[in-house]
This record gives sequence, C-alpha cells and structure tokens, in this order.
Amino acid sequence: MIVRVNVTVNGEQCQADDVWPGESLLYLLRERLGLPGAKNACEQGECGSCTVYLDGVLVCACLVAAGQAQGRQVRTVEGLADGAELDPVQQAFVETGAVQCGFCTPGLVVAAHDLLNRVDRPTDPEIREALAGNLCRCTGYEKILEAVRLAASRRNPGGRPGEAAEGESR
Amino acid sequence: MTNPSNPSNPSRTRDTALSAPARVPTELTTSVPGGVGSSPHRPDAALKVRGEFAFASDLWHEDMVWGVTLRSPHPHALIRSIDITDALTVPGVRAVLTHTDVPGTNRYGLERPDQPVLAEDVVRYQGEPVALVAADHPETARRAMRRIAVDYQVLDPVVDAEAVVAGAAPLLHPGGNIVRHQPIRRGDPDATAPVVVRGTYRVGMQDQAFLGPESGLAVPAPDGGVDLYVATQWLHVDQRQVAIALGLPVDRVRLTLSGVGGAFGGREDLSMQVHACLLALYTGRPVKMVYNRQESFYGHVHRHPATLRYEHGADRDGRLVYVRAEIFLDGGAYASSTPAVVANAATLGVGPYEVPNVAVDCWGVYTNNPPCGAMRGFGAVQAAFAYESQMDRLAEAVGVGPVEIRLRNAMRRGSTLPTGQVVDSAAPVAELLRRVAAKPLPPPVDPAEVDLRQLPGGVANTTHGEGVVRGVGYGVGIKNICFSEGFDDFSTARVRVEAVGGEVAATVHTAACEVGQGLVTVLQQIVRTELGVRRVSVLPMDTSIGDAGSTSASRQTYMTGGAVRAASHAVRDRLLAMAAAELGATATDLVLAGGAVLSTRDGAAVDLAALLGADAVERTAEWRHRATEAVDPVTGQGNAHVQYGFAAHRAVVDVDTELGLVRVVELACAQDVGRAMNPQAVLGQIQGGSAQGLGLAVMEEIQISAGRIRNPSFTDYLIPTVLDMPPMRIDVLELADEHAPYGLRGVGEPPTISSTPAIVAAIRAATGLALTRVPVRPEHITGT
Ligand code: FES
Ligand code: FES
Repeated sequence: MIVRVNVTVNGEQCQADDVWPGESLLYLLRERLGLPGAKNACEQGECGSCTVYLDGVLVCACLVAAGQAQGRQVRTVEGLADGAELDPVQQAFVETGAVQCGFCTPGLVVAAHDLLNRVDRPTDPEIREALAGNLCRCTGYEKILEAVRLAASRRNPGGRPGEAAEGESR
Repeated sequence: MTNPSNPSNPSRTRDTALSAPARVPTELTTSVPGGVGSSPHRPDAALKVRGEFAFASDLWHEDMVWGVTLRSPHPHALIRSIDITDALTVPGVRAVLTHTDVPGTNRYGLERPDQPVLAEDVVRYQGEPVALVAADHPETARRAMRRIAVDYQVLDPVVDAEAVVAGAAPLLHPGGNIVRHQPIRRGDPDATAPVVVRGTYRVGMQDQAFLGPESGLAVPAPDGGVDLYVATQWLHVDQRQVAIALGLPVDRVRLTLSGVGGAFGGREDLSMQVHACLLALYTGRPVKMVYNRQESFYGHVHRHPATLRYEHGADRDGRLVYVRAEIFLDGGAYASSTPAVVANAATLGVGPYEVPNVAVDCWGVYTNNPPCGAMRGFGAVQAAFAYESQMDRLAEAVGVGPVEIRLRNAMRRGSTLPTGQVVDSAAPVAELLRRVAAKPLPPPVDPAEVDLRQLPGGVANTTHGEGVVRGVGYGVGIKNICFSEGFDDFSTARVRVEAVGGEVAATVHTAACEVGQGLVTVLQQIVRTELGVRRVSVLPMDTSIGDAGSTSASRQTYMTGGAVRAASHAVRDRLLAMAAAELGATATDLVLAGGAVLSTRDGAAVDLAALLGADAVERTAEWRHRATEAVDPVTGQGNAHVQYGFAAHRAVVDVDTELGLVRVVELACAQDVGRAMNPQAVLGQIQGGSAQGLGLAVMEEIQISAGRIRNPSFTDYLIPTVLDMPPMRIDVLELADEHAPYGLRGVGEPPTISSTPAIVAAIRAATGLALTRVPVRPEHITGT
C-alpha cells in the first residue's frame, strides 16, 4: 500500500506521494522533502541525531512512521534560525566549539532548544539528563554543556543561576 | 554469475552527461581576525548548526539510484555458487553485480592488497561483501538483495590469535597467517632483577562508532570515469585503490570529500567506494550508498583485540631493569593496517619509560574474526593498558605510590627508546604526571545530599551510596605522530591570493580530509598568520590537487599545516617582491600585515588589493617531515618515528561493589601539544579522546563469538553518553618541538591512550581487584 502524506514542516505545507508504509518520518524529511538536517546515525532510537519536534514534542524521527505525521506540524533544525540570525542555542554551539564533525549537532541543538523552552536556567545535572539520549562521539560533551549554559544565560539573563561549571581547563 | 542486463562495456552506458549533484560540499569562507594560537569559529560551524552542511549521507542527485551490499552470514565458508536470476526480476532493480563484474583487479588493501572487492570462492569474515544491487528505492534494493541465492559450504572459523602464532590453524591466506612479527631487542636479553612483576592483559575489540555512517555518491562521467563524493580519511589512497579495482587510469577516478561524520581510523580502509563506483558505471546512473548502523559495524575495521604477556624487572627502588613482553594482536580476516599497528605496539611497548634491557615480540595475525585496522592511538592503546597496569603492580611490589613509580622511570628529552632512537625534543612525562597529581580531588559523595545522578547506576536508583567506594588511578602514554618506518610522508597545498571586491582574499586548496577535528579552521589560521589577511576560503578537498596523506596518526595539522605554511611563504615572497618593486624598497625590509605590505624601515605601505589589481598570486607546495627509517626485522632497532605525543590522566571513580557499576567522577588530563594552534580545538580533542578511552575502560566492546558479532547496534554496543562522561580538568603544555611547524605536536591520539589505564587503575584502587581485561564489566567487579 502506497500513500500520500501531507505535513507542515517548519511552517510550510508539504506533500509527498508514493510513500511506502515502512518509511519513517526521517526518510520522508531527508529523502522526499529535501530536509537532510535531521541525521541518520542509528535508525533505532538510540542516538538522538534525528531529533525533531512533532506537534511541539521531541521525537526521534527515525521511530515515527511517515504516515503518522499526516496532518501534523514538524519543526526541524532547519526551522530554528530566523533567516540569517541563528537561534541562541545554535549561536552558542558555534562559539563554544561544541561542533566538531557536527553529525550529532542537529539533534543536540533541537534537544537543547527544547530544554531551554522548558527550564530557564538548567543546572548541569538537568542538562545532562535532558541530553542523555543524544550521542556525540567527537566532543566528550564538555563543550556541549558549555554551549547550553551559554545559551541559557543569554536567553534568560535574569533567571535562576545554574550550578557553577563543573570542569576547568588550562 | 554474470548479469544479463549488464552491458559488456560499462563505460558506454551513458550518452548524455549528467549534471552535477544537487547537494555537495561547498567552499567555506570566513573573514575574521584569528591567526595561529587563537580560536576563531569553524568556517563550517554555522552550516552544521543549521543542518545545512552536506554530509556524505545527505548527498543527492536528481537521477540517483540506491546501492546495497549483500554480505556473508558466515565467518568462514566456501562459495559454491551465486544465483542472481531472481533478484534481477524485482521491478525497479537496475543492476546486480558479483565478483565477475569487477573489471579491474579484484583486490584492495591499505598496506597489502589481500581483500576482494567482492568475494570470489571464499568468505573470510561475517559481513564480507558478496554481491551488490542498485535499485530505484533503497527498500527495493534490499528486497532484491534477499533474493540472491548464495550456496555456501561452511568452514570452521579460525578465531584464536595465539593459536595462529603457535601454528595451530589452517592457512587463511597464501602467504601464511602471520601478517607481521616484530621483535625488539635492546641490552641484555637475560637481565635479572630483584623485583619482578608479571601479568597477562587483554583488550577487547573496540569500535570507532563514528556517528555518520559510511556513505557516498558515485556519478558516472562522460569520459568513462567516475566522480565519487565520499566521507573518507585519505582521498588519494582511496583513488588509487578504486582505480585498480575498476581497471581505470587514476585520473578517471576523481574524489571529492563530502561531510565526514567522525572517523577515528574507521574510514582509512575502503568501504562502499568501489561498490558505488561499480554500480554507477554499470547502471549509467548516479548511485548513492548509505550504510545503516548494523551494516556499519560490519562495514569497517575495528581496534585490534589483544593479549599481552608482560614481565617487568626492577631494582628495589622500582627503577626498571628490564621489560619482556609478548603481544598478540588479532588482525581478523584481512591485513588492513595491521603491520603498522604491530610496529606501534612493539616500538612503544614499554611506554614512556627508560628501560635498559628490552625483549618484546609482537605479532599481528589473520583469523576469521572481523578485520581490524586503524583506530585512534592504534597499537599504543593496547600496549598502554598492559604496561601501565604493570607499573601499578611494580609500585605495589616496591611499596611506593603510582605517581612515584612513574616519576622514577619517566622518559625525558635525551632518553633512548627500545628501538635505539634518541628522543630529541620535549618529553615532559614527569611534569605531566605531577600536574595531574597536583589537581585538587573532587569532594566525596555527601550522604546527606545524595543526587542519584551522581552515583553509579544513576537514576536507575540502584544505590543511595551504600556499597559505593571511591578510587583514584593514574595513566600516562606515548604515541608516535605522523607516518613512521621510512614511509614517504608528505602533503601538498595550494594558496592563492587575489583582490575580491577591493578586499584581499586568500584561498587554500588541499586534499587533506576534514573529519571533524577542525583542520579547516587551522589552515585558515595559518594563512592569516603568514599573509596578514582576514578573508580566507577553504576549497572542497578533492583529488584535483596533489596528495595530502591520511588524516590519521595525529599528523594532518603537522603535515598539511606544514604544506600550507610553505605555500603561503612562497606567495609571501612573491608579494614582497612585487611590493619592493612598487615601493623601490628591498624585500627583506617588508612585511605582510593587515592586508598590506609595510616597510619596517620607513613605514611606507602598499595595500595588497591595490598591489594585486586584477592579478592573482598562486603557489603550490609539497612538504615533508624529516625522514625516518625502517626498523630492523630481527632487532627492531632504527629511527622509526618522527615525533612523540604524551598525555597523562588521573581518574577518580565511584564503584558500586555490589552491582559492579562504575561511575567515573572526574578525569584530569595534562598533555604537551608543542603549540596550541587553536586552543579551543585542542581542548575538544583532549575531551573527545578521553571519552573514547573511557569507553574502552568500562563499556565498549564488540562481542565476538565464533567469529560472529553479537552486538552490532547502539542498543548493545554502548558508547559514553553525557551522563557517563565526567567533568575534566585539563592542563595544556606548550613545549615547542623545534623540528615541527610552529613547534606543534600532534594532539588527537595521546588522550585516548592514557585515560583507559587511569580509569582501570582507579577501579582497582577502589575495589582491590586485579582487573586485567578491558572493558571492565560489572561481573568482573562482582565476581559473578
Ligand atoms: S537515527 Fe534516530 S535515534 Fe538514531
Ligand atoms: S561532533 Fe561529531 S558526533 Fe558530535
């Protein structure tokens, strides 16, 4: 059985024809809608590289069937920046060196974006818990934590101060 | 086995030229200050955070079809026949290929061409490629693949490396089952000592687990050749191997680096390169191949599992008198980098210590286990777990602390290695140890304020602190930087300067693979420092320029950095000569700064953009490090290495002794980097490298039974998450190496080497257990 899927992605109405029943939302986004931002590192829900918002809730796009997105709202990493202006989370990842190969980055940026929408100034254990489903093989996570702290402090400068940075360097 | 749908001459299957792919790597430009020693942002960072960076798995061509690989389910079997008839009947299938369709030589290999592109009459490991399918949809291709009928005669797999060395295994390759045996002999082989410690250590098979799967896009070209966009670590070595397999002249196989989602050694060998090109030539269509995670575990080489038998002899103060060792490395089914891994484990086998009498024998062998090759720190990682475990045993035997025993034996500038090579630049082993030892220790867990997230087991709520003990351990390691043993190791770079819209702009072109480490940033920094410009573009890396060598052995900043500096100097010399003529000055009185040429004599200046006008200055340089030599095959003597990198770690762990769960509380690391070219990127390498060492210490292992991988997924092969990786305290030393560009020392590998033994030492300190195998598993701690 082959179906048509209508879905709103980053505010735009999109349609895909000839979708196979086994296709994931991740395949739909990457291969049919030209949005390869969400990544395919495991396709088993283990790495978080494919993290997107579905109706405002974080999901692993690899675990959602394309058909399940019918009539719903998807927001991907491509939909976070405001034109040339990066989202504060994206900007903080750039500045702190949280990006190496960058394969984990789209998923982590979306997950961190969601965290900061829920918690003003997360503590380090809160950040760790929120990002525990996102694997990164390059950075050892230290600079990713730094990026989230920086983004939080900029988005909510007056908010409750997070716990002091855990590490030190140089 | 031939495919009736295949045209006899694949190069004539297309009559119209295909357009370029729609999504490919792009030039990266930034116009900012930021020379050597500063930390400007990566030129690709904005693309990466936006999700717009073109990774190899993101490539896309309007006309493309999908390729998949049929792999052997058996670790060792004869192939009686392959029947593709059924597969060809699946609608949407474009080609089904087997070894008879390989037009060139059906062999490849980094050091020895012993591996078939597609298996012929035998398969030597589970996962070995046997056939290929191209189809309009990846699922169609997979369905057709399942309809290929292969008749196997299953054979007993050879799985024990030590048995192979003992000669007790059937022949797997015509030249014998020993890939390399390297002895090292120094001093008195019969030396004796009053204090002797012995141990046998084992290292499990680790996976690089880069996040971006093997992938690429092959586009057939009008000249009968192919353009391959791929994630790799060394474009030119891929190009040479692909051309041989396709039977094409090298210049008809053109490679462009696509976005690489991490590498860590796992992309040194070919994976889908030849396969995609073959399918592209046979179908006349662009072919995309992307492995999924399970296939990735079968599709690249791993870290060699090892058995290491050591005996250390020392005087009563713990000063080493001799080290004797036997090291067995399981290379799996094909040679890959095994010869170089053997060389490292042998020549660095006693660690960063002065040892007058050494007898080491290291073997790398063929088995029917998954092929093993390069992974960050190769050879040195396995040896370090053994020699550092031995140093702790020795400390206990002579009654001193773990730092003290290492200080008493630490190598320094001027020390002689077991190969007879004298260390002729900084070797601050003692200083690195003192630094990590001097760091304040993290506070103990406060029983009154227990946060589950900070205990072993975490929010699984396995303990509130009962049964939890803390331990502290140390490790230090040594790694050779750049290619060793007389290899002609060089890199090529082209630098161009011109005026663009009134601003002076530089462009760098190399074939050096950016795999995530930040080479693109460092190359820009070098050009800024040497030419005094802000705007620098990095062209996509490809084979239209000369070889840059491999992004491995921590060598690329050293080598391609050296080449870019050399090319920049040639450009500078030309610009200064032009300015000298313009100003009526001598070139030696002129310098480049701030986009202008300035006279140091009278302050006269000429703007570079004006000086250049419509002209461009472009220079290409090929650059080599100082020569090395092969080691003697019998004694292991010789000046084999270019440079050494050193790092030391202190690990603090909490162990739940009842459940065997470990939480690494903190890692301290000190490393000498010669010159921190980009301090932020240096820290990133130390943090990421330490995390991979943590993984080997307590979680990561490809579990093999009878030659089969039992855990080919991220569900069952665990890599550290943000919950597993503790905060780090890092000291970066910058003791310039006078032989290296900018005094730099390769950074990437050393932190992976020393974190593993430090963590295991800390678990031993906490539990009192011997722990001779990594990764340490809960049952090793609980004894169940
Ligand atoms: S690709 Fe979806 S979680 Fe890994
Ligand atoms: S930056 Fe490479 S996986 Fe995170």
